[in-house]
Amino acid sequence: MKEREKPVHGDDNPKPREVKRRLKSTKRISRRKRLEFEEVELPLQVAIIGGGVAGMEAASVLTEHRCPVILFEARPELGVNVKNKYKIFPDFSDAGRLVETMTKAMDHPLITVNKDTEIVEIIREPDAYTLLDNKGVPHTVPAVLLASGYEPFDAKRKEELGFGIYEGVINSLQLEDMLREHKVLNSLGEDPRRIVFLQCVGSRDEKVGNHYCSKICCITAVKQAIEVKRQLPDTEVYVFYMDLRLWGQGYEELYREAQEQYSVRFVRGRISEAASTFDGRVQIKSEDTLLGQPLKMVTDLLVLMIGMEASPGTQKLGKTCGLEGPYGFVRSKSPHLEDNLSDKPGFFLAGTCKRPMHIAEAVNDGRAAALEIIKYLRK
Amino acid sequence: MADFGFSISKPQSIDTNDMDVGRLQALEAKVPSFKRCINCGACTATCSAGQFGGFNIRRIHNLYRWDQRKGLEKELQQCMLCGKCTLVCPRGVNLRYLIIRLRKALADNK
Ligand SMILES: Cc1cc2nc3c(=O)[nH]c(=O)nc-3n(C[C@H](O)[C@H](O)[C@H](O)COP(=O)(O)OP(=O)(O)OC[C@H]3O[C@@H](n4cnc5c(N)ncnc54)[C@H](O)[C@@H]3O)c2cc1C
Ligand code: SF4
Ligand code: SF4
Ligand code: SF4
Repeated sequence: MKEREKPVHGDDNPKPREVKRRLKSTKRISRRKRLEFEEVELPLQVAIIGGGVAGMEAASVLTEHRCPVILFEARPELGVNVKNKYKIFPDFSDAGRLVETMTKAMDHPLITVNKDTEIVEIIREPDAYTLLDNKGVPHTVPAVLLASGYEPFDAKRKEELGFGIYEGVINSLQLEDMLREHKVLNSLGEDPRRIVFLQCVGSRDEKVGNHYCSKICCITAVKQAIEVKRQLPDTEVYVFYMDLRLWGQGYEELYREAQEQYSVRFVRGRISEAASTFDGRVQIKSEDTLLGQPLKMVTDLLVLMIGMEASPGTQKLGKTCGLEGPYGFVRSKSPHLEDNLSDKPGFFLAGTCKRPMHIAEAVNDGRAAALEIIKYLRK
Repeated sequence: MADFGFSISKPQSIDTNDMDVGRLQALEAKVPSFKRCINCGACTATCSAGQFGGFNIRRIHNLYRWDQRKGLEKELQQCMLCGKCTLVCPRGVNLRYLIIRLRKALADNK
């Protein structure tokens, strides 16, 4: 991260000296009105980078504490990385509705939402940070929350699985779209006779440089397998796994349900490669490791359960801020009690910019970060 | 004694008390990546020798883990050292080199 003593200023941006002055008045306010501080509007804005569920939840909580927020989202819409799902685990609730509820809360007098605005640089000032957006506009604030999230793994990097080459090979997000449309079809536009899921695509794989487990894809496969069977009861569904990690509340129960009620077949073996057949289907090779025998299977669709990587924004800002952690995620101050803090005062972290998380974790993390920020500003 | 129509066969379980851990450790010292195997089966799935000859490279290295060496040397002759297994291994086990070392260890330790 660049550090400097004399910053550039936008018209409505306080200079660092002004930030310092207002911070002092914040401290006075909290001392005077200790018991009812929620009623006192803080004289400074907090910047949130990333309008995902973590960033939006943090914004909501900050405004509940009368703290003005400026939220930056690189994309034209908020919450896209959740909205691109149909029904979400563990309860099959509607992803679109969840994002709608959260987006509505952003319509608040204390929140300024800047969509289509990517933060490209962060400059550390004395007692403040200046964020530069893609339009070259600087924003100086006393506190920053980085909530720049994740990026789904690009399965083209696993060439041997044929994603982007064979039409019958799709990723789990494409299957979400098909499920939403109730159009789970093979490459010929017919009902698929068989669907094969493959776990750990882009995770737990030294060949793509990711040793870590993305932790959401096992349960996503179980969820999607059930949804496929609900829409297409006659389709055979296989899940090829290395380990099944169904660690969350209700996950193991869904796994049982998938086996018992929906006859989903779980095979312990990694798929080494896929090839197309003459009739536009996909042939896969694996081993039933519990039997100790290699096997071949022809399927209409091969669904790759892609993992979570640090988003390009996370990688870039993490690097420029000196907070780069493993695999391009950002590193918090310490994992137990200071997980929302960075080693820079006034610079906070929330959500999947740190590591893979599911929605509830990211939301809770955003909420926790907001409280850390309040604590910091009123100190 | 009454003839029940079947005989008691030799015990099929592996007697781990008999096993010489030193042999496994020596191989692991030569090929440290071997320790990282998670038995995913990708090596066996991709192996051309495995598609036809009933040869299973994952099973072989697991047998060696338990010091079960009988017949392994002969079985390993089916491997063509093409290295495809090494290419697909998600844990970066250097299988091709493992096989070379394993062959040598088996030949030296008859
Ligand atoms: C295939 C798949 C299925 C999933 N299914 C489920 C499920 O069913 N249930 C569940 O609980 N979870 C699920 N998840 C996980 C869920 O998507 C995440 O937990 C959640 O999206 C994390 O929210 P976040 O706010 O941390 O990050 P994100 O949702 O990634 O939000 C970060 C935002 O920051 C923006 N951004 C990045 N850089 C910048 C920048 N420089 N400037 C401005 N904006 C920036 C991005 O555009 C993005 O909108 C799934 C994940 C995957 C991959
Ligand atoms: S959650 Fe399951 S599919 Fe995803 S990386 Fe971990 S083990 Fe693999
Ligand atoms: S591919 Fe690698 S991790 Fe998988 S069984 Fe073979 S050696 Fe083990
Ligand atoms: S090197 Fe040997 S074990 Fe590996 S894929 Fe080739 S033939 Fe099979």
